[in-house]
Amino acid sequence: MVALTAPPTDSVAVRRRSPWPAFIARRLFRLLLGIVVVVTLAFLVIHLVPGDPVRLALGPTAPVSQVNEKRAELGLDQPLQVQYLHYWQNVLTGDFGTSIVSRQKVSTIISARVGNTATLVAVSLALTLIGAVVLGMGVAALSYRGRRRWLLAAYRFVASTLNVIPEYVYGVALVYVFAVTFALLPVAGDDGLSTLILPSLAISLGPIAGLSRIVRVQTEEVLGQEYIQAARSKRLSALRIYGRHALPNLLTAALTIGGLLLGVLVASTVVVENVFARPGLGSTVVTAIVQRDYPVAQSVLLLLGGAVLVVNLVVDVALSLLDPRSLIKDS
Amino acid sequence: MSALSVEDLRVVVGAGRRSFPAVDGVDLVVPRGKVVGLVGESGSGKSTLARAVVGLHPVESGRVLVGDTDVTHRKLGQRGVQMVFQDTYGSLNPRMTVADIVREGLVRGEGGRPADLRAELVRVLGQVSLDMRHLDRRPRELSGGQRQRVAIARALAVGSRVLIADEITSALDVSVQAQVLNLLREIVRENDLSMLFISHNLAVINFICDDVAVMHCGSIVERAATADLFAAPQHPYTRSLLAAVPRLRGETRSQWLAGGEPVDPRHAPSGCRFHPQCPVGPTVHPDRVECVTIDPRPGADGRAHHSSCHFTHQEDAHVPRVHAEP
Amino acid sequence: MAVRRPRGATQLVCVLLLVLIAFLSVFGDPIWGDRAREIDPGQAFGPASAEHWWGTDDLGRDVFARVMASSQLSIKLALLAAAIGVGGGVLVGVGQAVLGPFFRRLLSTVITVSLAFPGLLLALLVNAVLGAGPRGAVIGVGVALVPPFARFTQTLAASAAASEYVAAARVLGVGRLETMRRHILPNIAKPLMLTALMAIGTSLVSISALSFLGLGIQPPRYDWGQLLQFGLQNIYVHPMAAIGPTIAIVLAGLAFNLAGEAFADERSRSMLPSLAGTGLAERLVAKVGHPGDVTAQVSHDDTDAIPDSEPAVLRVKGLRVGYPGGVQPVRDVSIEIRPGERVALVGESGSGKSTLALALACLLDGSSAVDWEQFEFDGVDVSPGSEAEHRTLFGTKLAVVFQDPTNSLNPAIRVGRQLAELRQVHYGVGRRESLAAAVERLRDVQIPGPEVRAAQYPHEFSGGMRQRAMIASGLMGTPRLLVADEPTTALDVTVQAHVLQLLKRVNEETGTAVLLISHDISVVLSFCSRVLVMYAGRVVEDIPTADLLTGAAHPYTRALIAAVPDIDTMTSKPLATIPGTPPNLDDLPIGCAFAERCPLADEQCRSEDPALSLVRGTQLVACHHPQTDRTPIPQTAVPASAS
Repeated sequence: MVALTAPPTDSVAVRRRSPWPAFIARRLFRLLLGIVVVVTLAFLVIHLVPGDPVRLALGPTAPVSQVNEKRAELGLDQPLQVQYLHYWQNVLTGDFGTSIVSRQKVSTIISARVGNTATLVAVSLALTLIGAVVLGMGVAALSYRGRRRWLLAAYRFVASTLNVIPEYVYGVALVYVFAVTFALLPVAGDDGLSTLILPSLAISLGPIAGLSRIVRVQTEEVLGQEYIQAARSKRLSALRIYGRHALPNLLTAALTIGGLLLGVLVASTVVVENVFARPGLGSTVVTAIVQRDYPVAQSVLLLLGGAVLVVNLVVDVALSLLDPRSLIKDS
Repeated sequence: MSALSVEDLRVVVGAGRRSFPAVDGVDLVVPRGKVVGLVGESGSGKSTLARAVVGLHPVESGRVLVGDTDVTHRKLGQRGVQMVFQDTYGSLNPRMTVADIVREGLVRGEGGRPADLRAELVRVLGQVSLDMRHLDRRPRELSGGQRQRVAIARALAVGSRVLIADEITSALDVSVQAQVLNLLREIVRENDLSMLFISHNLAVINFICDDVAVMHCGSIVERAATADLFAAPQHPYTRSLLAAVPRLRGETRSQWLAGGEPVDPRHAPSGCRFHPQCPVGPTVHPDRVECVTIDPRPGADGRAHHSSCHFTHQEDAHVPRVHAEP
Repeated sequence: MAVRRPRGATQLVCVLLLVLIAFLSVFGDPIWGDRAREIDPGQAFGPASAEHWWGTDDLGRDVFARVMASSQLSIKLALLAAAIGVGGGVLVGVGQAVLGPFFRRLLSTVITVSLAFPGLLLALLVNAVLGAGPRGAVIGVGVALVPPFARFTQTLAASAAASEYVAAARVLGVGRLETMRRHILPNIAKPLMLTALMAIGTSLVSISALSFLGLGIQPPRYDWGQLLQFGLQNIYVHPMAAIGPTIAIVLAGLAFNLAGEAFADERSRSMLPSLAGTGLAERLVAKVGHPGDVTAQVSHDDTDAIPDSEPAVLRVKGLRVGYPGGVQPVRDVSIEIRPGERVALVGESGSGKSTLALALACLLDGSSAVDWEQFEFDGVDVSPGSEAEHRTLFGTKLAVVFQDPTNSLNPAIRVGRQLAELRQVHYGVGRRESLAAAVERLRDVQIPGPEVRAAQYPHEFSGGMRQRAMIASGLMGTPRLLVADEPTTALDVTVQAHVLQLLKRVNEETGTAVLLISHDISVVLSFCSRVLVMYAGRVVEDIPTADLLTGAAHPYTRALIAAVPDIDTMTSKPLATIPGTPPNLDDLPIGCAFAERCPLADEQCRSEDPALSLVRGTQLVACHHPQTDRTPIPQTAVPASAS
């Protein structure tokens, strides 16, 4: 046994440097790049408009002097680069301009509405994640290895159908059921918890169906892994195997998709707010587009885009805390 | 003039800070009509070497010669070397039939498209003992051994005189492996081919190779005729490999087994790359400082079997071989 | 398989819906257009009736007719947007493949950043620029589809390009363009087309959303989205006006999205986003044996620590395992393992050895039908189906080491914790103590710096180390039997030698019996005292290792030994081969499964499956013509047929 007692050498896979700094740096870079893209796109909105944006906003009957005055006010007669710099300055100081239509400061309009939207997004996200994970894991566990084939078939059919139905259809349906038919829950407004229920359901039902399918497939894959076999060979309880051994591994994949879902949820919120007459950024931006109120439209889109980017970063970091391998995979 | 030769080849893998030389100054010669084995474990760089020779991986420095032509920077397919891969399923396009697959090789032969394509097709397939009824089959309808034979046929069809076989029997069952090995020997003999045969399996190397080169951490640490290498291995790594291989009949020497953990080629140690594991190195004989400070590779040509070990002549090197039949 | 029927139904429904949609997109307006324009104020907000199936709107127009008539517009817009998205996406995705590395990375980053944004926001952005209206909606949705499609195409192309057959083609000298045409495109065409179909569905739903919000089609023109908006506004008064367009949108969206699933085959499935294949099937299929990656043991000392008088550690009679569908990977196996014995189970792919190992460890679950006449472990009788009751027994006394060290440790849990778990759960020991015990076990299996290692994750261990950690895990209890399923196949030769040495030491020091499963007969020779040879789900020979080379009686065993090239083989003659191919477990003949490959087979062999019976000493063989003369097995044999 001489060979085996040789002293330890610099073994193959001992990590020398923590991968965290590089990882965070990469993510921050991506965030910054994203923000630059968003700001630039928002800036370009008013400049890509075919025709004269001010004229379009004020209407064909507005006097030329008013149009010119407005144009000067918006700084549109200055060279593009200068405008771009000014735009960055304004954004960084929180000055989003003034609404062409209502003459209110855009930042005022937004801050009045952003709370509602944020709440709805957060609630929908939580609902989606929890619902999808519970449903997906549940079905996977119950139908594992060919048990209850009927359940799996039924689930697949129902889930793929529900996944396709868009949030506004859910919204309309929920209004029909809960307001027209049963008059149980409020379908408009923004005061109180009860006004959150129907909108968040409308937003979440489709994603729950879709995400749960992914969770189910992931769970099935994880359950087939050898380390689950190893855990079973240790005769650990089913609860322990699912909760301690399976869950962390499948959460990673599910949350990755869930992170992507976030953007979709924000978009859905925008739509659903219009269905339920909920004052928030959703109704604001739609009205602004219809009315050609560029400063408002630009700023809301900028804000939403930026928010999505930031939250994606947070989700990424959370994910890598959960699964240390992803740090290495990422590089 | 040898069929294939590699001169001081260096191949770098990875990018930026994480790059390292997977092949670090390798000299290798495949004489005409011979089969040379390349033995190594994971991380040795043998597959990278194969891919660089064939053109799938760029070369940092050094030369690859086929015959006396420098093909180091030639386009793929123009080098006069063909390759058979390990993965029997992955190396054949699942949507193509056997005929399509082999034909793709036939039309790229040095003589251009053959006059009677179909006849040639049947002939090449016959060489690997597949017959006409296989022509219209798809890879998933074939067994592992048959797929490997199709891959060999494809490589033969091009007509190159040099073949590289990269672990081609590692994924096969024992009984199937035997068939493929027998076949390969026959093909090499009949077509006067030269082959570089890569494997981690010493027994298979013993069966099919005339010469053997042992690779460790990017370098060739020993090379010799097969019989000589197995009878009297000079380098401690070679001995550890031989000691680790299970024998049906022979004796093994436990004191030659390597210790510790395998060396990571990405963080290669100074001096001799095998020294952290070497059973006769500084971990066991602390006075053998040169193993840590001096790279033994430059002095290899002066030693038996071109062994890159400072202490090549100093250990008892003989392993008695037991032959099972008269 | 039961899964097939729903698939067929899905496909049928899908095709029907798509045909309906195609029909409507052409004939929707011509047939119902006029009716849709008929105003009848007297019938405003009329309910569903025979004349107006879905009632009437505020101007008395027939709702059903309006939905049908506007389908043409809705579908056309969707097709347009999808064309922009798919076309643009494929161009960008494919373009990435042919561009140089710098541009490729740049484009890739841009796409990654764009993907972070929800499509609708992008569409709204375009809408903001171009103003509300169909042009803004179509271009907006189209542009929004480009990043995901580009990424999808790129991923598809990249995975196809990374395949070995593409590498092989390039080595042949096939040019880049031709490689793309002949090798890559055909293999990605199907998933691409299916996803394009799904993109049409997404466009339809998205444009309807924009119209619903008032940003798409403007009145007096109308599409489904517009109709739905109107329906919502009047939902209290006249729900039918909302239900109609709802049905249309849902059915159309369903049709396109189902197409993706209904028509994807196994391989396309794994490439479609969010339709990942399970990979379960691959895991269940018998793994291909890996000859030659062997690990030897130190000497041919195969006496193990067997006290003869003690009762068997494991006694199994008549073990049978069946999968749904009729395949029987294990057919009537009886095994006895004595305390401290080292036994090997040898077989190639299709022999059922891995399934047998799992069955012996009582790890097969409900989907396989496991049955036996007798199963006695460590003196405790276990009846079929009652494994769960003996949880503690199995958990503490039976250890299993699996083949793939990369996967048998949970990647999300630190190594020390995983090992400690057993003590905590089965022995009720506290956390700190169990962890300390885990560190000690890691030390026992010669992992250097065990305290540090215990706090690490499995991916920080090398392959050999992981395997040793698995063995340590098994030692956390007090195992009487350790089942090692091909524990060294995935490891390098030199590492394997260590692992096998370790297993031997564990056996000698603790008296734990070891059942080693392997495809490689050379390995078992120096490790075990007894060998069980498996073929087609049966044990065909049970022989002491010492007699293996000279006294193997079953023709398969003899052929196997002859076919293995050994370092000491005479190389002048060809290797002995076994004609034919390994057996297919779901297509076994009556009679001896080896008959079709056996040179000694006769009528009796083909009609009667031989039972395992005592031949001499302790040797058992299942053969009608066992070779009991003690001639040594030649390493090379003539003739060797090649197919």
